[in-house]
Amino acid sequence: MSDLTKLTIAEARDKLRAGDVTSVELTEACISEIEAADALNAFVHKTPEIALEQASKADARISGGDAPAMCGIPLGIKDLFCTRGVPSQAASRILEGFRPEYESTVSHKLFDAGAVMLGKLNMDEFAMGSSNETSVYGNAVNPWRRGNDDTPLTPGGSSGGSAAAVAADLCLGATGTDTGGSIRQPAAFTGITGIKPTYGRCSRWGIVAFASSLDQAGPMTKDVRDAAIMLQAMCGHDPKDSTSADLAVPDFEAALTGDIKGKKIGIPKEYRMEGMPAEIEKLWADGTAMMKDAGAEIVDISLPHTKYALPAYYVIAPAEASSNLARYDGVRFGRRAKLAQGDGVTEMYEKTRAEGFGHEVQRRVMVGTYVLSAGFYDAYYNRARKVRALIKKDFDDVFAQGIDAILTPATPSAAFGLGEMSEADPVQMYLNDVFTVTVNLAGLPGISVPAGLDKQGLPLGLQLIGRPWEEADLLNTAYALESAAGYVSKPGKWW
Amino acid sequence: MSIDKATAAHVAKLARIKVEDDALPALAQEFNTILGFIEQLNEVDVEGVEPMVSVTPMRLKRREDVVTDGNIQDEVLANAPDAREGFFAVPKVVE
Repeated sequence: MSDLTKLTIAEARDKLRAGDVTSVELTEACISEIEAADALNAFVHKTPEIALEQASKADARISGGDAPAMCGIPLGIKDLFCTRGVPSQAASRILEGFRPEYESTVSHKLFDAGAVMLGKLNMDEFAMGSSNETSVYGNAVNPWRRGNDDTPLTPGGSSGGSAAAVAADLCLGATGTDTGGSIRQPAAFTGITGIKPTYGRCSRWGIVAFASSLDQAGPMTKDVRDAAIMLQAMCGHDPKDSTSADLAVPDFEAALTGDIKGKKIGIPKEYRMEGMPAEIEKLWADGTAMMKDAGAEIVDISLPHTKYALPAYYVIAPAEASSNLARYDGVRFGRRAKLAQGDGVTEMYEKTRAEGFGHEVQRRVMVGTYVLSAGFYDAYYNRARKVRALIKKDFDDVFAQGIDAILTPATPSAAFGLGEMSEADPVQMYLNDVFTVTVNLAGLPGISVPAGLDKQGLPLGLQLIGRPWEEADLLNTAYALESAAGYVSKPGKWW
Repeated sequence: MSIDKATAAHVAKLARIKVEDDALPALAQEFNTILGFIEQLNEVDVEGVEPMVSVTPMRLKRREDVVTDGNIQDEVLANAPDAREGFFAVPKVVE
Protein backbone atom coordinates (compact mmCIF):
# COMPACT_ATOMS: atom_id res chain seq x y z
CA MET A 1 0.00 0.00 0.00
CA SER A 2 2.73 2.47 0.96
CA ASP A 3 4.25 2.13 -2.52
CA LEU A 4 1.40 4.30 -3.75
CA THR A 5 3.07 7.35 -2.22
CA LYS A 6 6.17 6.68 -4.31
CA LEU A 7 4.26 7.33 -7.53
CA THR A 8 5.02 10.40 -9.56
CA ILE A 9 2.15 12.76 -10.32
CA ALA A 10 2.16 11.58 -13.95
CA GLU A 11 1.99 7.89 -12.91
CA ALA A 12 -0.76 8.57 -10.39
CA ARG A 13 -2.75 10.58 -12.92
CA ASP A 14 -2.60 7.72 -15.41
CA LYS A 15 -3.55 5.12 -12.79
CA LEU A 16 -6.41 7.29 -11.54
CA ARG A 17 -7.75 7.71 -15.06
CA ALA A 18 -7.38 4.01 -15.78
CA GLY A 19 -9.28 3.19 -12.60
CA ASP A 20 -6.32 1.23 -11.15
CA VAL A 21 -6.35 3.33 -8.00
CA THR A 22 -8.64 5.88 -6.38
CA SER A 23 -7.70 9.25 -4.97
CA VAL A 24 -9.02 8.11 -1.58
CA GLU A 25 -6.59 5.17 -1.64
CA LEU A 26 -3.70 7.42 -2.63
CA THR A 27 -4.65 9.96 0.01
CA GLU A 28 -4.99 7.35 2.75
CA ALA A 29 -1.56 5.98 1.84
CA CYS A 30 -0.05 9.47 2.15
CA ILE A 31 -1.83 10.11 5.45
CA SER A 32 -0.37 6.95 6.96
CA GLU A 33 3.14 7.81 5.68
CA ILE A 34 2.77 11.30 7.20
CA GLU A 35 1.62 9.83 10.52
CA ALA A 36 4.78 7.72 10.62
CA ALA A 37 7.11 10.58 9.69
CA ASP A 38 6.87 13.01 12.61
CA ALA A 39 10.66 12.72 12.99
CA LEU A 40 11.00 14.74 9.77
CA ASN A 41 8.77 17.52 11.15
CA ALA A 42 7.70 18.32 7.58
CA PHE A 43 3.90 18.52 8.02
CA VAL A 44 3.18 21.02 10.77
CA HIS A 45 -0.61 21.27 10.37
CA LYS A 46 -2.18 18.05 9.14
CA THR A 47 -5.55 18.19 7.41
CA PRO A 48 -6.61 14.55 6.84
CA GLU A 49 -10.35 15.31 7.00
CA ILE A 50 -10.09 17.98 4.30
CA ALA A 51 -7.87 15.66 2.26
CA LEU A 52 -10.29 12.73 2.34
CA GLU A 53 -13.23 14.94 1.48
CA GLN A 54 -11.35 16.46 -1.47
CA ALA A 55 -10.21 12.98 -2.52
CA SER A 56 -13.70 11.54 -2.68
CA LYS A 57 -14.89 14.53 -4.69
CA ALA A 58 -11.92 14.02 -7.01
CA ASP A 59 -12.82 10.36 -7.43
CA ALA A 60 -16.35 11.33 -8.47
CA ARG A 61 -14.93 13.79 -10.97
CA ILE A 62 -12.46 11.26 -12.38
CA SER A 63 -15.14 8.62 -12.87
CA GLY A 64 -17.14 11.30 -14.69
CA GLY A 65 -14.30 11.22 -17.22
CA ASP A 66 -13.59 14.94 -17.21
CA ALA A 67 -10.75 15.48 -14.78
CA PRO A 68 -7.69 17.73 -15.16
CA ALA A 69 -4.20 16.29 -14.61
CA MET A 70 -3.93 17.31 -10.96
CA CYS A 71 -7.32 15.85 -10.03
CA GLY A 72 -7.03 13.52 -7.05
CA ILE A 73 -3.29 14.16 -6.51
CA PRO A 74 -2.36 14.52 -2.80
CA LEU A 75 -0.11 17.51 -2.13
CA GLY A 76 1.51 19.37 0.73
CA ILE A 77 1.11 23.14 0.88
CA LYS A 78 3.84 25.39 2.25
CA ASP A 79 2.71 27.26 5.36
CA LEU A 80 3.29 30.56 3.52
CA PHE A 81 0.12 30.03 1.45
CA CYS A 82 -3.11 31.25 3.00
CA THR A 83 -5.56 28.36 3.03
CA ARG A 84 -9.11 29.11 4.06
CA GLY A 85 -9.97 28.01 7.58
CA VAL A 86 -6.63 26.22 8.03
CA PRO A 87 -3.72 27.63 10.09
CA SER A 88 -1.43 29.68 7.85
CA GLN A 89 1.38 30.98 9.98
CA ALA A 90 4.40 31.47 7.71
CA ALA A 91 6.14 29.46 10.47
CA SER A 92 5.97 32.54 12.69
CA ARG A 93 4.78 32.97 16.26
CA ILE A 94 3.26 36.30 15.27
CA LEU A 95 0.64 34.53 13.12
CA GLU A 96 -0.27 32.02 15.82
CA GLY A 97 -3.93 31.14 15.55
CA PHE A 98 -4.40 32.88 12.20
CA ARG A 99 -6.95 31.10 10.03
CA PRO A 100 -7.45 33.01 6.79
CA GLU A 101 -10.96 33.76 5.59
CA TYR A 102 -9.72 33.38 2.02
CA GLU A 103 -7.69 31.07 -0.20
CA SER A 104 -4.48 32.02 -2.02
CA THR A 105 -4.89 32.09 -5.80
CA VAL A 106 -2.30 29.34 -6.34
CA SER A 107 -3.82 26.91 -3.83
CA HIS A 108 -7.27 27.82 -5.11
CA LYS A 109 -6.23 26.93 -8.66
CA LEU A 110 -4.77 23.62 -7.49
CA PHE A 111 -7.92 22.71 -5.54
CA ASP A 112 -10.09 23.79 -8.47
CA ALA A 113 -8.12 21.34 -10.58
CA GLY A 114 -9.03 18.66 -8.03
CA ALA A 115 -5.77 18.46 -6.07
CA VAL A 116 -5.93 17.23 -2.47
CA MET A 117 -4.37 19.07 0.50
CA LEU A 118 -2.73 16.79 3.07
CA GLY A 119 -1.63 19.67 5.29
CA LYS A 120 0.70 22.61 5.73
CA LEU A 121 4.46 22.29 5.44
CA ASN A 122 7.29 23.54 7.58
CA MET A 123 9.52 26.39 6.36
CA ASP A 124 11.80 29.13 7.61
CA GLU A 125 9.93 31.92 9.38
CA PHE A 126 8.48 34.26 6.72
CA ALA A 127 10.65 32.32 4.22
CA MET A 128 13.76 33.98 5.66
CA GLY A 129 16.42 31.32 5.90
CA SER A 130 18.32 28.65 4.03
CA SER A 131 18.10 25.76 6.48
CA ASN A 132 14.58 25.69 7.94
CA GLU A 133 16.13 26.50 11.31
CA THR A 134 14.25 29.78 11.84
CA SER A 135 10.82 28.09 12.01
CA VAL A 136 8.60 28.48 15.07
CA TYR A 137 7.72 24.79 14.59
CA GLY A 138 11.36 23.70 14.98
CA ASN A 139 13.64 22.30 12.31
CA ALA A 140 12.40 20.21 9.43
CA VAL A 141 14.80 17.30 8.94
CA ASN A 142 16.27 16.04 5.67
CA PRO A 143 15.35 12.39 4.97
CA TRP A 144 18.90 12.01 3.61
CA ARG A 145 21.82 11.15 5.89
CA ARG A 146 25.57 10.96 5.38
CA GLY A 147 25.93 7.23 4.88
CA ASN A 148 25.55 5.51 8.26
CA ASP A 149 26.13 8.73 10.19
CA ASP A 150 22.88 9.69 11.94
CA THR A 151 23.65 13.42 12.23
CA PRO A 152 20.40 15.20 11.32
CA LEU A 153 20.84 17.31 8.19
CA THR A 154 18.98 20.36 6.97
CA PRO A 155 16.55 19.90 4.08
CA GLY A 156 17.50 23.45 3.07
CA GLY A 157 15.24 26.44 3.15
CA SER A 158 13.07 28.20 3.13
CA SER A 159 10.83 25.50 1.57
CA GLY A 160 12.46 22.83 3.76
CA GLY A 161 9.27 21.05 4.79
CA SER A 162 8.13 20.86 1.16
CA ALA A 163 11.47 19.37 0.10
CA ALA A 164 11.59 16.84 2.96
CA ALA A 165 7.98 15.76 2.37
CA VAL A 166 8.45 15.15 -1.36
CA ALA A 167 11.84 13.44 -0.96
CA ALA A 168 10.45 11.14 1.75
CA ASP A 169 7.38 10.23 -0.37
CA LEU A 170 4.91 11.68 2.14
CA CYS A 171 3.07 13.36 -0.73
CA LEU A 172 3.27 13.39 -4.52
CA GLY A 173 4.26 17.02 -4.82
CA ALA A 174 4.34 20.25 -2.81
CA THR A 175 4.08 23.97 -3.30
CA GLY A 176 7.12 26.09 -2.57
CA THR A 177 8.04 29.74 -2.85
CA ASP A 178 11.35 31.22 -3.93
CA THR A 179 12.62 34.71 -3.09
CA GLY A 180 16.37 34.05 -3.29
CA GLY A 181 16.58 30.30 -3.86
CA SER A 182 13.98 28.89 -1.48
CA ILE A 183 12.64 26.32 -3.96
CA ARG A 184 15.84 25.43 -5.79
CA GLN A 185 18.27 25.09 -2.85
CA PRO A 186 16.06 22.73 -0.78
CA ALA A 187 15.24 20.76 -3.94
CA ALA A 188 18.98 20.30 -4.53
CA PHE A 189 19.59 19.31 -0.87
CA THR A 190 16.94 16.57 -1.02
CA GLY A 191 17.35 15.16 -4.53
CA ILE A 192 14.09 16.46 -5.98
CA THR A 193 13.11 18.89 -8.75
CA GLY A 194 11.99 22.47 -8.09
CA ILE A 195 11.19 25.28 -10.50
CA LYS A 196 10.81 28.98 -9.84
CA PRO A 197 8.92 30.39 -12.81
CA THR A 198 9.35 33.83 -14.34
CA TYR A 199 8.30 36.63 -11.99
CA GLY A 200 4.60 37.20 -12.70
CA ARG A 201 3.77 33.65 -13.85
CA CYS A 202 2.17 32.65 -10.54
CA SER A 203 -0.11 35.01 -8.71
CA ARG A 204 1.27 36.17 -5.37
CA TRP A 205 -2.22 36.89 -4.04
CA GLY A 206 -2.79 35.19 -0.69
CA ILE A 207 0.85 34.17 -0.26
CA VAL A 208 2.32 35.82 2.84
CA ALA A 209 4.63 38.47 1.37
CA PHE A 210 8.37 38.54 2.08
CA ALA A 211 9.96 40.62 -0.72
CA SER A 212 7.25 41.39 -3.26
CA SER A 213 9.51 42.15 -6.23
CA LEU A 214 11.28 38.78 -5.83
CA ASP A 215 8.71 36.31 -4.46
CA GLN A 216 7.41 33.60 -6.80
CA ALA A 217 5.60 30.34 -6.11
CA GLY A 218 6.49 27.10 -7.85
CA PRO A 219 6.14 23.32 -7.62
CA MET A 220 8.50 20.90 -5.86
CA THR A 221 8.19 17.45 -7.36
CA LYS A 222 9.84 14.08 -7.91
CA ASP A 223 10.81 14.78 -11.50
CA VAL A 224 10.71 17.29 -14.33
CA ARG A 225 7.51 15.95 -15.91
CA ASP A 226 5.70 16.42 -12.60
CA ALA A 227 7.08 19.96 -12.33
CA ALA A 228 5.60 20.70 -15.77
CA ILE A 229 2.20 19.23 -14.84
CA MET A 230 1.95 20.94 -11.46
CA LEU A 231 3.28 24.31 -12.65
CA GLN A 232 0.62 24.26 -15.37
CA ALA A 233 -2.09 24.14 -12.70
CA MET A 234 -0.48 26.85 -10.55
CA CYS A 235 0.12 29.67 -13.01
CA GLY A 236 -1.98 32.04 -15.08
CA HIS A 237 -3.21 35.60 -14.95
CA ASP A 238 -4.89 36.84 -11.77
CA PRO A 239 -6.50 40.29 -11.61
CA LYS A 240 -5.94 40.28 -7.84
CA ASP A 241 -2.14 40.53 -8.30
CA SER A 242 -1.20 43.63 -10.30
CA THR A 243 2.17 42.07 -11.21
CA SER A 244 0.58 38.87 -12.51
CA ALA A 245 1.35 38.42 -16.21
CA ASP A 246 -1.57 38.51 -18.61
CA LEU A 247 0.02 35.98 -20.95
CA ALA A 248 -1.21 32.67 -22.28
CA VAL A 249 0.22 29.65 -20.44
CA PRO A 250 1.61 27.08 -22.89
CA ASP A 251 1.24 23.32 -22.43
CA PHE A 252 4.40 22.62 -20.43
CA GLU A 253 4.17 18.84 -20.46
CA ALA A 254 3.73 18.77 -24.25
CA ALA A 255 7.05 20.62 -24.54
CA LEU A 256 8.96 17.69 -23.00
CA THR A 257 10.47 16.09 -26.10
CA GLY A 258 13.99 15.76 -24.70
CA ASP A 259 15.31 17.14 -27.98
CA ILE A 260 17.79 19.95 -27.32
CA LYS A 261 19.83 19.64 -30.53
CA GLY A 262 21.26 22.98 -31.54
CA LYS A 263 20.27 24.71 -28.28
CA LYS A 264 22.89 27.08 -26.95
CA ILE A 265 23.76 26.42 -23.31
CA GLY A 266 25.77 29.14 -21.58
CA ILE A 267 28.38 28.34 -18.92
CA PRO A 268 29.01 31.51 -16.89
CA LYS A 269 32.61 31.84 -15.78
CA GLU A 270 31.68 33.96 -12.75
CA TYR A 271 29.91 30.99 -11.16
CA ARG A 272 33.24 29.21 -10.76
CA MET A 273 33.64 30.38 -7.17
CA GLU A 274 36.85 30.30 -5.25
CA GLY A 275 36.89 27.42 -2.78
CA MET A 276 34.10 25.59 -4.61
CA PRO A 277 34.20 21.90 -3.60
CA ALA A 278 35.76 19.67 -6.29
CA GLU A 279 32.61 17.54 -6.31
CA ILE A 280 30.44 20.49 -7.30
CA GLU A 281 32.96 21.45 -9.96
CA LYS A 282 32.87 17.89 -11.33
CA LEU A 283 29.07 17.72 -11.25
CA TRP A 284 28.94 20.92 -13.26
CA ALA A 285 31.48 19.63 -15.79
CA ASP A 286 29.58 16.33 -16.08
CA GLY A 287 26.31 18.22 -16.63
CA THR A 288 27.97 20.32 -19.32
CA ALA A 289 29.20 17.16 -21.06
CA MET A 290 25.70 15.66 -20.90
CA MET A 291 24.19 18.72 -22.56
CA LYS A 292 26.84 18.52 -25.27
CA ASP A 293 26.25 14.80 -25.82
CA ALA A 294 22.55 15.56 -26.20
CA GLY A 295 23.41 17.82 -29.12
CA ALA A 296 23.48 21.23 -27.44
CA GLU A 297 26.15 23.77 -28.23
CA ILE A 298 28.16 24.80 -25.16
CA VAL A 299 29.08 28.49 -25.03
CA ASP A 300 31.31 30.16 -22.45
CA ILE A 301 29.58 33.31 -21.26
CA SER A 302 30.18 36.12 -18.80
CA LEU A 303 27.72 37.60 -16.30
CA PRO A 304 30.05 40.25 -14.91
CA HIS A 305 27.93 41.55 -12.02
CA THR A 306 27.28 38.13 -10.45
CA LYS A 307 29.47 38.92 -7.45
CA TYR A 308 27.21 41.80 -6.49
CA ALA A 309 23.96 39.85 -6.56
CA LEU A 310 24.03 38.71 -2.93
CA PRO A 311 24.88 42.13 -1.47
CA ALA A 312 22.18 43.73 -3.66
CA TYR A 313 19.72 41.08 -2.53
CA TYR A 314 20.55 41.72 1.12
CA VAL A 315 19.54 45.35 0.67
CA ILE A 316 16.45 44.88 -1.49
CA ALA A 317 14.91 41.85 0.22
CA PRO A 318 15.16 43.23 3.79
CA ALA A 319 13.92 46.64 2.59
CA GLU A 320 10.81 45.10 1.07
CA ALA A 321 10.40 42.79 4.07
CA SER A 322 10.51 45.68 6.53
CA SER A 323 7.69 47.29 4.61
CA ASN A 324 5.63 44.11 4.13
CA LEU A 325 6.03 42.99 7.74
CA ALA A 326 4.85 46.33 9.09
CA ARG A 327 1.34 44.84 8.94
CA TYR A 328 2.09 42.55 11.90
CA ASP A 329 1.12 44.97 14.58
CA GLY A 330 -1.04 42.89 16.91
CA VAL A 331 -4.24 44.62 15.78
CA ARG A 332 -5.82 42.81 12.86
CA PHE A 333 -4.61 39.22 13.00
CA GLY A 334 -2.29 36.88 14.82
CA ARG A 335 -0.77 37.37 18.19
CA ARG A 336 -0.76 40.37 20.50
CA ALA A 337 1.71 40.52 23.37
CA LYS A 338 0.41 40.66 26.92
CA LEU A 339 0.56 44.28 27.95
CA ALA A 340 1.44 45.86 31.26
CA GLN A 341 -0.76 48.34 33.09
CA GLY A 342 -0.54 51.70 31.34
CA ASP A 343 1.01 50.38 28.11
CA GLY A 344 -0.12 52.34 25.07
CA VAL A 345 -0.32 51.48 21.42
CA THR A 346 3.43 51.92 20.80
CA GLU A 347 4.31 49.46 23.57
CA MET A 348 1.75 47.09 22.06
CA TYR A 349 3.53 47.24 18.68
CA GLU A 350 7.01 46.93 20.14
CA LYS A 351 6.26 44.07 22.52
CA THR A 352 4.13 42.20 19.99
CA ARG A 353 6.82 42.35 17.32
CA ALA A 354 9.63 41.52 19.76
CA GLU A 355 7.96 38.34 20.97
CA GLY A 356 6.22 37.46 17.71
CA PHE A 357 9.18 37.66 15.31
CA GLY A 358 12.15 35.34 15.62
CA HIS A 359 15.73 36.55 15.64
CA GLU A 360 16.47 36.33 11.90
CA VAL A 361 13.22 38.05 10.96
CA GLN A 362 13.87 40.86 13.46
CA ARG A 363 17.37 41.27 12.08
CA ARG A 364 16.17 41.51 8.47
CA VAL A 365 13.32 43.89 9.32
CA MET A 366 15.77 46.16 11.11
CA VAL A 367 18.38 46.01 8.32
CA GLY A 368 15.58 46.89 5.90
CA THR A 369 14.46 49.74 8.11
CA TYR A 370 18.01 51.06 8.23
CA VAL A 371 18.67 50.95 4.47
CA LEU A 372 15.39 52.76 3.83
CA SER A 373 15.87 55.36 6.54
CA ALA A 374 16.46 59.03 5.81
CA GLY A 375 20.04 59.64 4.74
CA PHE A 376 20.74 56.04 3.69
CA TYR A 377 18.04 55.47 1.08
CA ASP A 378 20.24 56.61 -1.80
CA ALA A 379 23.47 55.08 -0.53
CA TYR A 380 22.00 51.64 0.02
CA TYR A 381 18.55 51.09 -1.42
CA ASN A 382 18.82 53.08 -4.64
CA ARG A 383 22.34 51.84 -5.29
CA ALA A 384 21.16 48.24 -4.85
CA ARG A 385 18.33 48.82 -7.32
CA LYS A 386 20.82 50.19 -9.85
CA VAL A 387 23.06 47.15 -9.39
CA ARG A 388 19.97 45.00 -9.83
CA ALA A 389 19.36 46.68 -13.19
CA LEU A 390 22.94 45.81 -14.20
CA ILE A 391 22.51 42.19 -13.11
CA LYS A 392 19.41 41.90 -15.25
CA LYS A 393 21.25 43.51 -18.15
CA ASP A 394 23.97 40.84 -17.88
CA PHE A 395 21.30 38.22 -18.57
CA ASP A 396 19.59 40.29 -21.28
CA ASP A 397 22.93 40.56 -23.07
CA VAL A 398 23.66 36.83 -23.13
CA PHE A 399 20.12 36.01 -24.21
CA ALA A 400 20.51 38.59 -27.00
CA GLN A 401 23.62 36.64 -28.10
CA GLY A 402 21.33 33.67 -28.67
CA ILE A 403 21.87 31.72 -25.45
CA ASP A 404 18.82 29.52 -24.73
CA ALA A 405 19.63 28.43 -21.18
CA ILE A 406 22.40 28.78 -18.61
CA LEU A 407 23.79 25.82 -16.66
CA THR A 408 25.19 26.34 -13.15
CA PRO A 409 25.48 24.41 -9.89
CA ALA A 410 22.35 24.81 -7.73
CA THR A 411 24.18 25.16 -4.41
CA PRO A 412 27.78 25.61 -3.25
CA SER A 413 27.62 22.42 -1.12
CA ALA A 414 25.50 19.40 -0.26
CA ALA A 415 23.10 19.56 2.71
CA PHE A 416 24.86 20.51 5.95
CA GLY A 417 24.10 19.42 9.49
CA LEU A 418 21.36 21.16 11.47
CA GLY A 419 23.08 23.51 13.90
CA GLU A 420 26.41 23.36 12.04
CA MET A 421 26.04 26.94 10.87
CA SER A 422 24.83 28.31 14.20
CA GLU A 423 28.24 29.74 15.09
CA ALA A 424 28.72 31.31 11.67
CA ASP A 425 27.87 34.95 11.03
CA PRO A 426 24.68 35.60 9.06
CA VAL A 427 26.62 36.29 5.85
CA GLN A 428 27.95 32.69 5.81
CA MET A 429 24.39 31.38 5.76
CA TYR A 430 23.46 33.86 3.02
CA LEU A 431 26.16 32.35 0.74
CA ASN A 432 23.92 29.30 0.26
CA ASP A 433 21.96 31.35 -2.25
CA VAL A 434 24.97 32.52 -4.25
CA PHE A 435 23.97 30.62 -7.43
CA THR A 436 20.22 31.12 -7.17
CA VAL A 437 19.70 34.72 -6.09
CA THR A 438 20.69 36.31 -9.43
CA VAL A 439 17.67 34.60 -11.00
CA ASN A 440 15.24 36.29 -8.60
CA LEU A 441 16.87 39.68 -9.08
CA ALA A 442 16.48 39.30 -12.86
CA GLY A 443 12.97 37.81 -12.59
CA LEU A 444 13.96 34.76 -14.67
CA PRO A 445 12.77 31.15 -14.52
CA GLY A 446 15.20 28.73 -12.86
CA ILE A 447 15.00 25.01 -12.18
CA SER A 448 17.02 22.71 -9.95
CA VAL A 449 17.45 19.12 -11.17
CA PRO A 450 19.09 16.37 -9.09
CA ALA A 451 22.18 15.22 -10.96
CA GLY A 452 24.33 13.08 -8.68
CA LEU A 453 25.50 12.13 -5.20
CA ASP A 454 28.56 13.37 -3.35
CA LYS A 455 31.04 11.00 -1.70
CA GLN A 456 29.01 11.01 1.51
CA GLY A 457 26.02 9.83 -0.49
CA LEU A 458 24.11 13.13 -0.44
CA PRO A 459 22.27 14.49 -3.48
CA LEU A 460 23.60 17.41 -5.51
CA GLY A 461 21.66 19.51 -7.98
CA LEU A 462 22.32 21.49 -11.12
CA GLN A 463 20.45 24.66 -12.02
CA LEU A 464 19.22 25.70 -15.43
CA ILE A 465 18.22 29.32 -15.99
CA GLY A 466 15.91 30.19 -18.89
CA ARG A 467 14.70 33.16 -20.85
CA PRO A 468 11.75 35.07 -19.38
CA TRP A 469 8.38 33.37 -20.03
CA GLU A 470 10.08 30.40 -21.68
CA GLU A 471 9.45 27.87 -18.92
CA ALA A 472 8.33 25.34 -21.53
CA ASP A 473 11.71 25.41 -23.25
CA LEU A 474 13.51 25.45 -19.89
CA LEU A 475 11.56 22.43 -18.67
CA ASN A 476 12.47 20.58 -21.87
CA THR A 477 16.16 21.34 -21.39
CA ALA A 478 15.84 20.17 -17.76
CA TYR A 479 14.11 17.03 -19.02
CA ALA A 480 17.06 16.30 -21.31
CA LEU A 481 19.48 16.85 -18.41
CA GLU A 482 17.41 14.61 -16.14
CA SER A 483 17.34 11.83 -18.75
CA ALA A 484 21.09 12.06 -19.27
CA ALA A 485 21.93 12.23 -15.54
CA GLY A 486 19.75 9.20 -14.84
CA TYR A 487 19.41 10.16 -11.18
CA VAL A 488 17.21 7.62 -9.37
CA SER A 489 18.55 7.59 -5.78
CA LYS A 490 16.21 7.71 -2.81
CA PRO A 491 17.02 8.25 0.86
CA GLY A 492 17.14 5.11 2.99
CA LYS A 493 14.16 5.11 5.35
CA TRP A 494 15.16 5.69 9.01
CA TRP A 495 12.18 7.72 10.23
CA MET B 1 29.81 53.26 8.12
CA SER B 2 29.77 51.72 11.55
CA ILE B 3 26.67 51.22 13.62
CA ASP B 4 26.91 51.96 17.32
CA LYS B 5 24.58 51.10 20.16
CA ALA B 6 22.60 54.33 19.82
CA THR B 7 22.00 53.78 16.08
CA ALA B 8 20.92 50.19 16.74
CA ALA B 9 18.45 51.46 19.34
CA HIS B 10 17.15 54.06 16.89
CA VAL B 11 16.64 51.47 14.15
CA ALA B 12 14.84 49.15 16.58
CA LYS B 13 12.58 52.04 17.52
CA LEU B 14 11.83 52.85 13.88
CA ALA B 15 11.04 49.17 13.25
CA ARG B 16 8.79 49.08 16.36
CA ILE B 17 10.65 46.11 17.82
CA LYS B 18 11.50 46.20 21.50
CA VAL B 19 15.17 45.36 22.01
CA GLU B 20 16.48 45.18 25.56
CA ASP B 21 19.47 47.41 26.33
CA ASP B 22 21.83 44.52 26.97
CA ALA B 23 21.04 43.05 23.53
CA LEU B 24 21.99 46.22 21.65
CA PRO B 25 25.78 45.73 21.35
CA ALA B 26 25.38 42.28 19.76
CA LEU B 27 22.71 43.64 17.43
CA ALA B 28 24.96 46.53 16.38
CA GLN B 29 27.72 44.00 15.70
CA GLU B 30 25.42 41.94 13.45
CA PHE B 31 24.34 45.04 11.56
CA ASN B 32 27.97 45.90 10.98
CA THR B 33 28.73 42.45 9.60
CA ILE B 34 25.81 42.65 7.18
CA LEU B 35 26.48 46.24 6.17
CA GLY B 36 30.15 45.40 5.69
CA PHE B 37 29.03 42.77 3.20
CA ILE B 38 26.71 45.23 1.48
CA GLU B 39 29.51 47.82 1.17
CA GLN B 40 30.82 45.85 -1.84
CA LEU B 41 28.13 47.56 -3.88
CA ASN B 42 30.25 50.71 -3.76
CA GLU B 43 32.71 49.03 -6.16
CA VAL B 44 30.13 49.03 -8.94
CA ASP B 45 30.01 51.86 -11.46
CA VAL B 46 26.33 52.81 -11.49
CA GLU B 47 26.78 56.13 -13.28
CA GLY B 48 23.76 56.77 -15.50
CA VAL B 49 21.94 53.58 -14.44
CA GLU B 50 18.27 53.91 -13.57
CA PRO B 51 17.22 52.11 -10.37
CA MET B 52 15.10 49.10 -11.29
CA VAL B 53 11.41 49.62 -10.64
CA SER B 54 9.96 46.51 -12.21
CA VAL B 55 11.69 43.36 -13.37
CA THR B 56 9.31 42.87 -16.29
CA PRO B 57 8.79 45.71 -18.74
CA MET B 58 5.07 45.58 -18.18
CA ARG B 59 2.61 48.29 -17.33
CA LEU B 60 0.67 47.66 -14.19
CA LYS B 61 -2.90 46.68 -14.93
CA ARG B 62 -5.63 49.14 -14.16
CA ARG B 63 -9.23 48.44 -13.40
CA GLU B 64 -12.43 50.39 -13.06
CA ASP B 65 -12.50 52.40 -9.85
CA VAL B 66 -15.49 50.60 -8.39
CA VAL B 67 -16.24 48.69 -5.22
CA THR B 68 -15.52 44.99 -5.77
CA ASP B 69 -16.32 43.57 -2.36
CA GLY B 70 -17.50 44.61 1.08
CA ASN B 71 -20.10 43.74 3.70
CA ILE B 72 -17.75 41.19 5.23
CA GLN B 73 -17.22 42.79 8.62
CA ASP B 74 -17.28 39.46 10.44
CA GLU B 75 -14.59 37.99 8.19
CA VAL B 76 -12.44 41.09 8.51
CA LEU B 77 -12.60 40.96 12.30
CA ALA B 78 -12.48 37.18 12.66
CA ASN B 79 -8.73 37.01 13.28
CA ALA B 80 -8.35 40.11 15.45
CA PRO B 81 -6.78 39.54 18.87
CA ASP B 82 -9.33 41.98 20.29
CA ALA B 83 -12.46 43.05 18.41
CA ARG B 84 -15.44 44.74 20.02
CA GLU B 85 -18.74 46.00 18.64
CA GLY B 86 -17.56 45.76 15.07
CA PHE B 87 -14.20 47.44 15.63
CA PHE B 88 -10.57 46.49 16.17
CA ALA B 89 -9.76 47.31 19.78
CA VAL B 90 -6.37 48.74 20.80
CA PRO B 91 -4.95 50.30 23.98
CA LYS B 92 -5.58 53.98 24.55
CA VAL B 93 -3.86 56.07 21.86
CA VAL B 94 -4.50 59.58 23.19
CA GLU B 95 -4.24 60.61 26.84
